[in-house]
Amino acid sequence: MKRREESKAPRGYDWPRALRAGTGAAWPIFLGYVPIGVAFGVLAQKGGLGPFEVGLMSLLVFAGSAQFIAVSMLAAGAGASAVVATTFVVNLRHLLMSSALAPHLHQVGHGWLALFAYGITDESFAVNHARFSRGGWHWRPALAVNQSACAVWVTGTMAGAWAGRFIPQGAFGIDYALIAMFLCLLVFQLRGRRHAVTAAISGALAVGLSLVLPGNAYIILSTVLAATFGTLALRGRAGGRGGASEGTRNP
Amino acid sequence: MSAETDYILIILGMGAVTYLPRWVPLFALSRRRLPGWVLDWLDLIPAAVLSALVLPALVTSGEPRHFDLFRPELYVAVPTFLFALKTRSLGGSVVLGMGLYWLLS
Repeated sequence: MKRREESKAPRGYDWPRALRAGTGAAWPIFLGYVPIGVAFGVLAQKGGLGPFEVGLMSLLVFAGSAQFIAVSMLAAGAGASAVVATTFVVNLRHLLMSSALAPHLHQVGHGWLALFAYGITDESFAVNHARFSRGGWHWRPALAVNQSACAVWVTGTMAGAWAGRFIPQGAFGIDYALIAMFLCLLVFQLRGRRHAVTAAISGALAVGLSLVLPGNAYIILSTVLAATFGTLALRGRAGGRGGASEGTRNP
Repeated sequence: MSAETDYILIILGMGAVTYLPRWVPLFALSRRRLPGWVLDWLDLIPAAVLSALVLPALVTSGEPRHFDLFRPELYVAVPTFLFALKTRSLGGSVVLGMGLYWLLS
């Protein structure tokens, strides 16, 4: 099994090179995860969790916003089932990201796929999908993006729980790192009129829905509605001119 | 049951329900030949999801959220977005965005 994959890997991506390429692509994620991770650690420590407990949650869950919500729910005395159910709903959006990555990972074995799935976050998804669409990307550096981001997240949250009180807030505008990264990755995704229209509809819907719906349900809803509209509009126009079917996809 | 065991069980539960939506589509879809319209749909997901993540962060604030256009997040987003369009540089956009945000807030 493993041997077969080895032979399919492009020469360029043995593990050491994959690790270098992956961490090279992931550094904007690190920049964003450090302050958010530290902030989470500080909050969790105020809620009575030690560095070890914080690290264990970051390792087992690895999902920023859900962890923030869980810690504040626990501090407010919420029950286990409520915390787990909320986590499920908050993280359900990964279903879409995992689906969108699947066509790019068709040659990967089940074991590696299971490991890869663990590291799918908003950020790693955005970086890896942009690279896969551009071409020349491979599951090994993509896995390195996921795992190195996870390592930074675990370390950052533990550091926050341990020493967060001594770190100044808002230095170097680091709070803006992830927004700036998402903006640029969005630009990479605007590969034609249809993508731009879909993004505009999704963004407008998300703003509107975020004002009326509790939690982050607006992300899934507006994404599904806008992508469906974009697909239907494409179908309506005589069989997909200028769409994904232009041959950039692997069979 | 001790508080420690409770906590371990909670994060194990959180880990499981977070992992499943990440893994099921990869497992179910990666070996399959998907019809063209599904590929078209999946191809639009990143643009839609990124826009849905970032726009509310620029023009809403508070809990519960309300519409709010007077925020450095939005002012900084305009030059950052234009810079990204022009240069297509991820690193440059992140550094520019952080620098401007630092100056303005």
